[in-house]
Amino acid sequence: MKTMDAQSIIAKRIARELRTGMLVNLGIGIPTLVANFIPADVKVFFQSENGLIGTGSIPEEGMAHPLLTDAGGRPVTALPGACTFDSAMSFGLIRGGHVDATVLGALQVDAKGLLANWMIPGKMVPGMGGAMDLVTGAKRVIIAMQHTAKGKPKIVTKCTLPLTSARPVDLLVSEMAVIAFPKGGATLLETGPGITVEQVVAATEAKLELPDKIPEMQL
Amino acid sequence: MKMISLSDAVALIPDGASLMIGGFMGVGTPERIIDELVRQRKRNLTVIANDTAVPGRGIGKLVDSGLVGRTIASHIGLNPETQKQMIEGKMAVDLIPQGTLIERIRAGGYGLGGVLTETGIGTIVEEGKQRIELNGKSYLIETSLRADFAIVNAFLADYLGNLSYVLTARNFNPVVVMAADTTIVTADHIVPVGLIAPDHVITPAPLVDYLVMNG
Repeated sequence: MKTMDAQSIIAKRIARELRTGMLVNLGIGIPTLVANFIPADVKVFFQSENGLIGTGSIPEEGMAHPLLTDAGGRPVTALPGACTFDSAMSFGLIRGGHVDATVLGALQVDAKGLLANWMIPGKMVPGMGGAMDLVTGAKRVIIAMQHTAKGKPKIVTKCTLPLTSARPVDLLVSEMAVIAFPKGGATLLETGPGITVEQVVAATEAKLELPDKIPEMQL
Repeated sequence: MKMISLSDAVALIPDGASLMIGGFMGVGTPERIIDELVRQRKRNLTVIANDTAVPGRGIGKLVDSGLVGRTIASHIGLNPETQKQMIEGKMAVDLIPQGTLIERIRAGGYGLGGVLTETGIGTIVEEGKQRIELNGKSYLIETSLRADFAIVNAFLADYLGNLSYVLTARNFNPVVVMAADTTIVTADHIVPVGLIAPDHVITPAPLVDYLVMNG
């Protein structure tokens, strides 16, 4: 499966989790793609943590404003009804439980749903930015990630990289699986298109609970 | 509030000063003050800001010029020069969760000794910090932050020093204004009193010590 295909599967499946009226924060990478797959009749408020609710798509050529950007500093548009605020309010929204869902990438997720996504000691020390606040404070944390990295499982028994939060994530979507973490254990809810349960288990280091019925992802 | 020339404003800042700097990836950063800090070669600065932007932009220019001794920020991942100076030991870098950083600054400006937050519990952020149990929940005690100078950029300033901001250029600016001993402001437009309606003033004039002349 080509990389682009995997990313689209993940983003499309996560888009189905979002409902009209939700306040949603998308991380960089695959999470950003989720916005492309939301049905036209579903109206979600997207937050950029640099101080914007109502973040729209990339501006058309010549329409960018240098003072209207996303959290990565890239030009964005603001949708009708958008509003702006300072960083204290932005993280009050996040930490205070006002953000209904956040979609983030991951380096590792473990059997308990604990996430490591901000640092590889000695290799990559960019800073956590807003990730720790988002995982700790958002009502629902959804992870968007490819199931393995260079053939190695990213869903592990216990994270070896520094954790992002003590709070477990709620849902993990890869191109191979949808996994939830109820009661401190990983449960396989759905398999990816054309993927068998056995293939998921083989590509996952963490022990997976396997319910009687594990349907294929509907996209 | 005093009107001041750009060079005189930056001359107030000594080597070794701590600066809270508004902006997010260079958006809303007082670029003219940064350029003047570089021109006057102010050294060994402590920078407290969300990030260090990218080389050649905003705070990135201070880093490029080797003027920063210590950075307190939430994210330096988009500035390879900051990471290089950190790894080489030329610059001390404290990385702080973004929500905790802004709230520590807010506490510093609002007369609070610190804040209690769940962010960072059970992670390396907790190291060396005190945990407190309250109403059945665990929190980290995060102390307040202040600085010698806040340097900020507004979209509009009136002749009295009332400020308003636009779009995503607000970010850290109105928060750091409160948390420093001396506040120096640049504005994209300096306008007559009354053009910023009272309800649209985000930073009240008495918080501004120096407004840098335009032109």
